[in-house]
Amino acid sequence: MNADTVNADTVIEAKGLTKTYGHAVAVDHISFTVGRGEIFGLLGPNGAGKTTTILMLLGLTDISGGEVSVLGFNPAREPLSVKRRVGYMPDTVGFYDQMTAVDNLSYTARLIGFRKAEREKRIADALARVGLTDAAEKRVGTFSRGMRQRLGLAEILMKGAQVAILDEPTSGLDPHATAELLAIIRAFKSEGVTVLLSSHLLERVQSVCDRVALFSGGHIALMGTVPELGREVLGGGYVVDIEADGAGLAERLALIPGVSGVERTGIGKLRLQADRDVRSEAAAEVVAMQGRLKYLGVQEPSLDAIYTRYFESQIRQDIAAKEGARDAA
Amino acid sequence: MRREGSAFQGLGVVTFKELSDHLTGTRMIVLEWLVVLMALGVVYTGIQQIREVSAEDPFLFLRLFTRAGEGLPSFVSVLSFLVPLVSIGIGFDLINSERNQRTLSRILAQPIYRDALLFGKFLAGLLTITIMLVALWLMVIGLGILTLGLPPGPEEVMRAVAMLFVTVVYAGVWLALALFFSIVFRSAATAALAALGLWLFLTILWPLIAPFLAALFVSDTVATPAELLSHLGVMQAFARVSPGALFGEIVGVLLDPTVRSTQQPLLASLGLALVQPGSVPGAPLPLLQSIEVVWPQIVGMIAGAIFLFVIGYVIFQRQEVRA
Repeated sequence: MNADTVNADTVIEAKGLTKTYGHAVAVDHISFTVGRGEIFGLLGPNGAGKTTTILMLLGLTDISGGEVSVLGFNPAREPLSVKRRVGYMPDTVGFYDQMTAVDNLSYTARLIGFRKAEREKRIADALARVGLTDAAEKRVGTFSRGMRQRLGLAEILMKGAQVAILDEPTSGLDPHATAELLAIIRAFKSEGVTVLLSSHLLERVQSVCDRVALFSGGHIALMGTVPELGREVLGGGYVVDIEADGAGLAERLALIPGVSGVERTGIGKLRLQADRDVRSEAAAEVVAMQGRLKYLGVQEPSLDAIYTRYFESQIRQDIAAKEGARDAA
Repeated sequence: MRREGSAFQGLGVVTFKELSDHLTGTRMIVLEWLVVLMALGVVYTGIQQIREVSAEDPFLFLRLFTRAGEGLPSFVSVLSFLVPLVSIGIGFDLINSERNQRTLSRILAQPIYRDALLFGKFLAGLLTITIMLVALWLMVIGLGILTLGLPPGPEEVMRAVAMLFVTVVYAGVWLALALFFSIVFRSAATAALAALGLWLFLTILWPLIAPFLAALFVSDTVATPAELLSHLGVMQAFARVSPGALFGEIVGVLLDPTVRSTQQPLLASLGLALVQPGSVPGAPLPLLQSIEVVWPQIVGMIAGAIFLFVIGYVIFQRQEVRA
C-alpha cells in the first residue's frame, strides 16, 4: 500500500481497529476516517480507549486486529514513514528539564534528520509561532504547564508535520492557556494540517472540532459534526430563548410553524422548542405586538448535553432490555 | 514481515546527546572523583612498596596495578569494586527517567526505532566509563614514570592495554545489568536499590557463600593432584557467578606473565606450586599465551554483557510506551 492508491483526501483511515490486553479489550472494532485539513476530536471519559487508538495510529503499540492507514502508510510496517510525517503531543508532554527549549527541540530535529541551518530556522519559526521566543534559552524545568504544552505544539510545527495528533492537549490548563492553545490548533487547520485530538473535556474542544467521535468503553458511540449529533441525540430540536414583554405573547409564539412547545422560564422569559431556527419569526411576532424585545438567542447543542443524554438513554435501554429479559423468563 | 529502514537510524544523535548529558552531569563528576581519588591513592601507596622490594623485577611497571600498599587493596581490586558502582550510577535510570519525565513517547514518536534509543544509551554510558578509565589509566602510567623513573616496556604497555579493555568489558556487564533494571523497574530508586543490592551480594556475600556451595559437589578427601585440581575447578566455577571473580582471574593472569593458570594463585595460597610438563616454573609467558589462558573468561564476560543487554532489549521492545 502506498500514498497513491489511497483517496488523496483521506488522511487517516481505521477499519475494525482492535486492541486487546490479554482478555481485556481496550479498543473494540472501531472504524473512522479523517479527511485532509480536518480537526477531528476523539472524545470520551478516561480509559475509553482514546490514547490506545492514538498509539496504534503511530505504530507505538501493536495492533491486535483490523486495519489502519495514516497518509497511506501502515503504521505497523512502515512506522518511520508515518512518524516522519506525523507530529505527536502525548498526554502531559514531557521535556528534558535541565535543557533549554531550543536544545530540546534541537534534539528532536536532529533525530528527524534536519541539517543545522534548517534546524535553527525551523526552531526559531516554531517558537515564534507559539509565543515562546522570549523563553527559548530558558530551561524547560522553569516552564509552566501551559508553556510546556505550547512547546509540544512548537515541536510539531518545527517538524512540518502533515498530521498533528494531540492527546489531551488542554488538560490541566487554566482557561487563558486553554484559549491560547486552541488558537494555535485552529491555526494548524488554516495551514492544511490535519488535527486529531483527544479530550475528556467535551466543552473545551467542541469549539475547535469539525467532527467528533464519542468513545465509550472501547467503542465509538457516536460520530459526526456537533449539530448532527445534537439532532440525532437531542431529538433534532432548536431551543430559542426569548425575553420580551407583552400579554399573550406565549400563545402567539406557539402558533409559529415549527414550534412544538413554549415554556415560561421566568418573568417575561420564554423558551421555545422548535425543529428549525425560528428567531426571525419570533422577533417579528414581538414587534407585531408592539412588545419590547430584550433578548433573543438560540442554544447551540452542547457536547456535554449530547453525551449525557446519549448515555442516559443507553442506560435506560439496558435496564429496559434486562427487565424485558426477566419478564420473558 | 520486515520493518522499513534501519534499526540504527538516529543512533548517533542519541549517543551524542546521552554522552554530553553524562559528561556534564554532576553525578558523573562525583563518581569520577570517587574513583580517581581512591585509585590514585592506592597506586601511590603501592609505589612505596614497589620501590622498597622489587628493584630487579622485569615487569616492574605491571606491579603498579597489582601491588597493594600496607593494609590497602591493589589498583585492580579497587577497580573491581568501584567500576560496578560507576556503571550502576550511570545506568540505573537510563530508561525509567525517560518514562518519569514523560519524554519516552515523545522521543519514540520521532522517526527512530526503540533499538536506536536503547543502544545509544548503552553505548554512551560505556563511552563515558571508557573515557574515565582511559584517563585514569594514563594517570597511573604517568605517576609510575614520574616516581619509578623508568618508562614501561612494550610488553608491559600491551598487557596494560589488555587490562584496560577487560575493565571496559567488566563495566559493560554491570552497565547492561543496570540498564536491565532501569527497564524493568518504573521507579529509579527501586532500580538503583536492586542493582546495588545485587552488586553487594555478588561482591561481598557470594565469595563467602560460593566455597560452601562448591563443597556440596566435591568429596571431602583429596588424594591426588588431579583431584585437587578438579576440586579447585568446581570452586572456581561457583565463584565465577560473580563478574568480579572473572575480572580478578583475567587481570591476575594478564598482569603477571609468570601465572600460567588461573588456578595457580589458589595453589600458591595452599603453599603449592603448579608444575606443567615441559615448562620452567616462574618463567614469563608471552602476552598471547597469557591471553589464551584467560580467553574463555574474557569471552564469557563479553557474552554475559551481551546476554544481559539482550534480555533488557527484548523486554523493552515489548513494553507499552504509555506511562
